[in-house]
Amino acid sequence: MSAVIENHHEDHHHGPAKGITRWLYTTNHKDIGTLYLWFSFAMFLIGGAMAMVIRAELFQPGMQIVEPEFYNQMITLHGLIMIFGGVMPAFVGLANWLVPMMIGAPDMALPRMNNLSFWILPFAFFILLSSLFMEGGAPNFGWTFYAPLSTTYAPPSVTFFIFSVHIMGASSIMGAINVVVTIMNMRAPGVDLMKMPLFVWSWLITAYLLIAVMPVLAGAVTMMLMDIHFGTSFFNAAGGGDPVLFQHIFWFFGHPEVYIMILPAFGIVSHIIETFSRKQLFGYSSMVWAMLSIAILSFVVWAHHMFTVGLPLAAEIFFMWATMLIAVPTGVKVFNWVATMFRGSITFETPMLFAIAFVVLFTIGGLSGLMLAIVPADFQYHDTYFVVAHFHYVLVPGAIFSIMAAVYYWIPKWSGNMYDERLGKLHFWLSFAGVNITFFPQHFIGLAGMPRRYPDYALQFADWNMVSSVGAFLFGFSQILFLFIVLKTVMGGKKATGQVWEGAKGLEWTVASPAPYHTFSTPPKID
Amino acid sequence: MNKGAKKTLIKLIVAVPLMFAFGFALVPLYDVFCEVTGINGKVFQSEYSEDLVTAEGRPIALQFISTNNENMPWTFKPSKQVMKIETGEYHNATFYVKNTTNKKMTAQAVPSVAPSNAAEHLKKLECFCFEQQVLMPGEEALLPVKLLVSNDLPSNIKNIILSYTIFDITDYNEEVMAHHQMDME
Repeated sequence: MSAVIENHHEDHHHGPAKGITRWLYTTNHKDIGTLYLWFSFAMFLIGGAMAMVIRAELFQPGMQIVEPEFYNQMITLHGLIMIFGGVMPAFVGLANWLVPMMIGAPDMALPRMNNLSFWILPFAFFILLSSLFMEGGAPNFGWTFYAPLSTTYAPPSVTFFIFSVHIMGASSIMGAINVVVTIMNMRAPGVDLMKMPLFVWSWLITAYLLIAVMPVLAGAVTMMLMDIHFGTSFFNAAGGGDPVLFQHIFWFFGHPEVYIMILPAFGIVSHIIETFSRKQLFGYSSMVWAMLSIAILSFVVWAHHMFTVGLPLAAEIFFMWATMLIAVPTGVKVFNWVATMFRGSITFETPMLFAIAFVVLFTIGGLSGLMLAIVPADFQYHDTYFVVAHFHYVLVPGAIFSIMAAVYYWIPKWSGNMYDERLGKLHFWLSFAGVNITFFPQHFIGLAGMPRRYPDYALQFADWNMVSSVGAFLFGFSQILFLFIVLKTVMGGKKATGQVWEGAKGLEWTVASPAPYHTFSTPPKID
Repeated sequence: MNKGAKKTLIKLIVAVPLMFAFGFALVPLYDVFCEVTGINGKVFQSEYSEDLVTAEGRPIALQFISTNNENMPWTFKPSKQVMKIETGEYHNATFYVKNTTNKKMTAQAVPSVAPSNAAEHLKKLECFCFEQQVLMPGEEALLPVKLLVSNDLPSNIKNIILSYTIFDITDYNEEVMAHHQMDME
């Protein structure tokens, strides 16, 4: 037995294994990070293709291309795939690549669990996507799967959906546990909590949120499963249950979930703005406290998603104020980013462009969120395209721009090659234009009263919908350019130095580019 | 793995089933919260109480609404749509129900009160919604409600709506089984 272990150990020091088994059996944080990132890219393209179907159908009023039933399946899968397959695994991939290098650790604390948490994900999404070909079609009840629409009235494939959510949840929980154990126990001597890079801080907080709410989501889908198959009545009014209860449980998970999708972005953007402003980040400790307070507040604001279900006045007022309170720490962060740039000697490389766009556009999304927090106004905006515009502004130029910024910023470290700056800038400007042309008009049609989740709309919304669709196609096809840029960089290009960026700080820049297969096998010295 | 890491790991692994259980605990918590505050418009059975009866009541309107859930084929309607009542007095109301099918069926009515802050002041001594209704083919019935609106009702409420939705909860599997058994005999 011990001989086997020793052998294994020796292999380990020679670098990666060859062929497909390298990826199947790998316990190396860099390999697993790469797997997560490519997986999320694939999901981003699949979910994006679904968005293209949606915008093609909405290009003109009337039913044009798809059946309404299929349209409903598209909006459901688009949401689920982008959230659970696109944004979340991308952040886990970044955490895998960066957290150990940033804290001077040789690997993640639980490398085998790391392998497992990645490799169950493709199965979850295979199950979810296969429901498209089942009798009755894929889930069609929206990504929020409100009961009883998702229980009594659901297609038979809902059981597969529930199973796939269970797997996604297990994967996220394992990933989060791994991140917490790594950060809490494997920091190199001298990396104190309040000296940790902000990306590490943001992921520590995110991981705690994941551990707190993913099991609640698992509970919600388990109750659905029991209502559908075992005759319970959690959400069935006839049996004494309550459909509104579903919404409470779902949003108790759902609101922390939206911060799970944005906190790592805060960390990324802080690093990039600091580097390209060639200044120290303004207000490091206030950044940490702001993220902590956002995370804590996220547990007491969930009912702002349900202002129209008939909450008592006292509850509406409480959730309104609690929600508005989140604007304070978020505002602190935005001011800190701006103050970091102020009088900095800024250069506008692609990561910086994405980061600045993040600050501006995420703030727009945040402000429309404040409008939605106002109870009487929300009665007007609820379930309109205004809401769609709001959450796409925080998720696309928010979360996804931050991921793209991170890829451009760290890909020289990952691959050892510089990306093509000219193509990167082109990709940025196409995406920037695409996002705004797509989602800004949705504010107008939402305020004018166009409801979300319908395949057809009244004629007065026709013009802005057409504009929005044109923007969506522009944004969608620009991402093929992104794929091309990434592939081109991985395959070759100008060699990157270890430092890569003139102003970059942090342990990951002290190792060579590409980062060796094993880094910090002995802890680095920190002054 | 060092000791500290193991400790962190164990804490986190324990947290996961606890949070899973918390998700389920939200179900009874929600019910208790609603029962205490009455905010989801649910009304529970209350005991007869002399203290609630008073001659100094004020007039209010009590409206009844009946709804059939999904494909529930029964006829279901209030005998009177509006009752002018006084607070602090017990009143009787009835709902007419008829099984219009040629099958024995079981039904359950689920109540709701609007405005929701009136719910805690609505005291039901007796309600058909506290039990299930079994009707033979073509059978009809008058279902009773006995209630009192407490004098503590906020003075801005002059109109209370009591709504019932009737659900078909017949166990069709059991029926099929019964048929099978009859065939066997």
